[in-house]
Amino acid sequence: MSKKRKKEMESTNDGSRAITKFKFSDFVIMLVLVILCLTCVLPFIHLGAKSLSADTYVVAKKVFLWPKGFTTTAYKAVFEDGRLVYSFGYSVVLTAIFTLLGMVVCTCAAYPLSRRRLKGRNVLSFVLMVPMYFSAGLIPTYVLMNDLNLIDNMWGLILPLIFSPYNMLIMKSFLQSSIPDTLEEAAFLDGATNFQVLGKVVLPLSKPIIATLSLFYAVGRWNSYADAKYYIRLKEKFKPIQLLLSEMVSTASEASSTAFEAVVNIATPEVLQAAAIMFVTIPIICVYPFVQKYFVKGVMIGAVKG
Amino acid sequence: MAKKKKNIELYAPTTWKKAFQRDWQLYLLILIPLILVIVFNYAAYPGMRMIFYDYKPAKGYDGSEFVGLETIKKVFKDNDFFLALKNSIKYNLLDLALGFPMPIILALILNELRFPRFKKVTQTILYLPHFLSWVIIGSLAYQLFRPSTGIVNIVLKNFGLIKDGIPFLTEPGHWMVTYLLIAVWQGMGWGTIIYLAAITSISGELYEAAMIDGANRWQRIWHITLPGIKSTAVTMLIMNLGRIMGSNFERLESFGNSGVKSEQYQLAIYIYEKGLAGNNFSRATMVGVFQSLVGLLLVIVADKVAKKLGEDGLL
Repeated sequence: MSKKRKKEMESTNDGSRAITKFKFSDFVIMLVLVILCLTCVLPFIHLGAKSLSADTYVVAKKVFLWPKGFTTTAYKAVFEDGRLVYSFGYSVVLTAIFTLLGMVVCTCAAYPLSRRRLKGRNVLSFVLMVPMYFSAGLIPTYVLMNDLNLIDNMWGLILPLIFSPYNMLIMKSFLQSSIPDTLEEAAFLDGATNFQVLGKVVLPLSKPIIATLSLFYAVGRWNSYADAKYYIRLKEKFKPIQLLLSEMVSTASEASSTAFEAVVNIATPEVLQAAAIMFVTIPIICVYPFVQKYFVKGVMIGAVKG
Repeated sequence: MAKKKKNIELYAPTTWKKAFQRDWQLYLLILIPLILVIVFNYAAYPGMRMIFYDYKPAKGYDGSEFVGLETIKKVFKDNDFFLALKNSIKYNLLDLALGFPMPIILALILNELRFPRFKKVTQTILYLPHFLSWVIIGSLAYQLFRPSTGIVNIVLKNFGLIKDGIPFLTEPGHWMVTYLLIAVWQGMGWGTIIYLAAITSISGELYEAAMIDGANRWQRIWHITLPGIKSTAVTMLIMNLGRIMGSNFERLESFGNSGVKSEQYQLAIYIYEKGLAGNNFSRATMVGVFQSLVGLLLVIVADKVAKKLGEDGLL
């Protein structure tokens, strides 16, 4: 669909509201949405304020949406401690390698499967999709990873997950709909090989989907930590930042969630915890507004195929 | 003429030999994901035979005792297993009941919004929680909802609405509500995308005709928008029903604490605690396989139902 037609369609869909006057119901709608948006924004503002406040004000429960007794001690402590900073760098590297390899594998699977001429296409795609619907479960996988020497190993967090059936399906349906066979034919007539077609015709036309899926891969790796909890047992240096944060806060919250909360509170650096959470959250909040639209695109393409 | 001949060569069914000659490069490409899937997924399937052994990691299969169906019997007599199973099903159904309608309602509201600018900003903000990990959401929730130091309780106390802090995350009943509502909050914005896409494909003429006939906003929503997204909603519902056996370890782990073990104890936690943490490999494998099998069965049923209703299947 051309951009212009899309715009037209969107504007005709304003039909539901284009002519009518601003009514009370419009006000209610906006109010509801503003409240919902506040539930998404205020927690982070509060946490940010807390992380920049002096301990005494936090203990006195006087910090709401603005820092009181402004200080960056907590952040200094996070940087001095160094574990989160190291882990941040490590997670960036891990995510970058994961995303790059993931896109390579995804293309290797999606491009051949999107071509109708590929003999045995259905069987191949069946073989690739089975693990999505039936997994052996955590323990057999763990034993396998152990046999492969991937426990306490960075590659244990990369190799098992770089082939994602879900991402492959999205890319495949994109390639099927946007790169018709006729487009390739011209290249083949000129004597191009499959590799040349992939490199010079298919990939340049797939930039939008590559951007979207790279982000899917990157966010997926950045946010998940269950596999790290399973497979990184002893070596601190291979723990991604989410796992580290989880370990940091779980010990603290366990202590302060009991009846001893009031006592522990003074000892538990609540502010430090807030700073640690903010340290992990801020990068996402900074990048997110710029990449959000690519995600939406991916969901739309994915939705076509279910 | 030459072009036509080439066409036939490219797309006519061929023998395997010819296909390999022509497309060997494609087969070479697909070999990479195939190897990965075989090494990391298929190779784990034989490990499921652990069910029939009293598997000890140090001894391997040869050293471990073969116990036949003993493990299966043990699991089905295990109260912990039934608690985990009950909680998993209960929470998945509640997740569905609360989480399924919310994106639809929100999409309808967003669609009625007049100002495109305002709409865009709203959407951007509402999608945000989807991009945060469960660790961040969980630890944020603990910061906000603690009985005495959490801001929610502080504010409620300051307004004189409550005397003692509400144990949002430390008492089973409250935990259930908080845990479920936070997931609704996390997923609601993102879930609207698919419905908003469906709404975009409804013809604008329908709305115009309805307006000319004097239909008000509610009538337009009820008679045009809702029927327009019905098939999307049905597909989503069936897909979600197919996942009723699933359980998200990260989400449970992030909200776990000693006070709410009875509610938080779901299949993923059972498998982790009995298996990796408790070294009872065979039993955890059995529960994992049970979960996978039932999950597979549900997906197949869901697919059949969807196709019967004339929707696109999942498989």
